[in-house]
Amino acid sequence: MTAFVRNQWYVAAYAREVGREPLGRTLLDEPILLYRTEDGRPVALSDRCVHRRYPLSQAPSRLVGDRIQCGYHGFTYGTDGACTYVPGQQRIPRTARLTAYPVVEQDSFVWVWIGDGEPGDLLPPRAPWLDSPEYTVVSGMEPIDCDYGLLVDNLLDLSHETYLHGGYIGTPEVAETPITTTVDEEAGVVYVSRHMDDAECPPFYANSTGIQGRITRWQDIEYHAPCLYLLHSRVAPVGSPPPNADGTDPQAFHVEVVYAITPSTGKHTYDFWAVARDFALDDQEVTEFLHKNNHTVVMQDVDALNVLQKALDTEKPGYQELSINIDTGGLAARRLLARMAQ
Amino acid sequence: MKAGTVDPDTALHRVHWMPGTDRLLAVCHCGAERAFEDPVPLWDWLLGHPEDHDRPAEGAP
Ligand code: FES
Ligand SMILES: [Fe+2]
Ligand SMILES: [Zn+2]
Repeated sequence: MTAFVRNQWYVAAYAREVGREPLGRTLLDEPILLYRTEDGRPVALSDRCVHRRYPLSQAPSRLVGDRIQCGYHGFTYGTDGACTYVPGQQRIPRTARLTAYPVVEQDSFVWVWIGDGEPGDLLPPRAPWLDSPEYTVVSGMEPIDCDYGLLVDNLLDLSHETYLHGGYIGTPEVAETPITTTVDEEAGVVYVSRHMDDAECPPFYANSTGIQGRITRWQDIEYHAPCLYLLHSRVAPVGSPPPNADGTDPQAFHVEVVYAITPSTGKHTYDFWAVARDFALDDQEVTEFLHKNNHTVVMQDVDALNVLQKALDTEKPGYQELSINIDTGGLAARRLLARMAQ
Repeated sequence: MKAGTVDPDTALHRVHWMPGTDRLLAVCHCGAERAFEDPVPLWDWLLGHPEDHDRPAEGAP
């Protein structure tokens, strides 16, 4: 199993999922209750009542103003986790307190700090496209019954697009084009870059951009271990000029693919996925197409990882793998995670 | 937003897949370089900096 990395920010939910209905999520084996106060602030508390451990996210537990009332015997807690009411007696036991988790709402995500200490000045890494008027976003979340390390492996090696996602985002050139891999150990970031000069345009991009014919296709991955994965995808007709020195790039189409990889338990992972584009911003047909197409692609990965985890579960301890050049980025990520978990 | 910008001032380990070959060139922030055919020993060496990082690159002229 891939070790959990504590003392980090993790995406617990999309901001839109957290409201006045209690929501339960399990992060790194910790059951967490999420809700929003009447004035809109997200709250994250332990999702187990201190009395008999009833889940506070489960009916008939409910919000009473900004407080959460346990649905079993009525213990009630404030947003700081302190118990404010117990049934039948005046004295509230001193130990009646839920763990309250630091929360940040940023870039359309609700991030929760999982750790022993406080985050201090450390903020979650950014994915600004998800909450920007210059982009249109489609997104979703799929649970996977696998070790989160399998999803990290999957996303760090996009050569699998050619095989697992052929006819959607994969073309022969993806698996054939060499990559450059860079590790910034101090920052905890792995970069993998694959620049295809002359590639077939897969349906995902042909139908959304309207490009007919071959493309230059750049895939620049930034994996901010452990939780945030960014894929900067640049697509332009072959022969278009490269980006300008000032960073502007009017001839190309840009898609920012964002994943939040949140370990739930050792065998369960939340796969938050989002696709932000800087073209056809108001075109509802393109939005629907990208949502459907990307959801299909995500489900191809989900199905494959569910199968893979089941197969790995039957392996004897110490089973062998074989790594080749395409695995350079994935191996770097594994090492980084192992070091961060120490 | 610019694509894939890497801050050049931090200590980076970089691996190039050598064009037209199956070989990987590992480049350490200290300047040491070595070619590999397998990414597993490659990361052992690269992340093992500074150990064994003063020898010239394998197959260097
Ligand atoms: S289990 Fe919550 S009040 Fe009894
Ligand atoms: Fe995939
Ligand atoms: Zn070195």
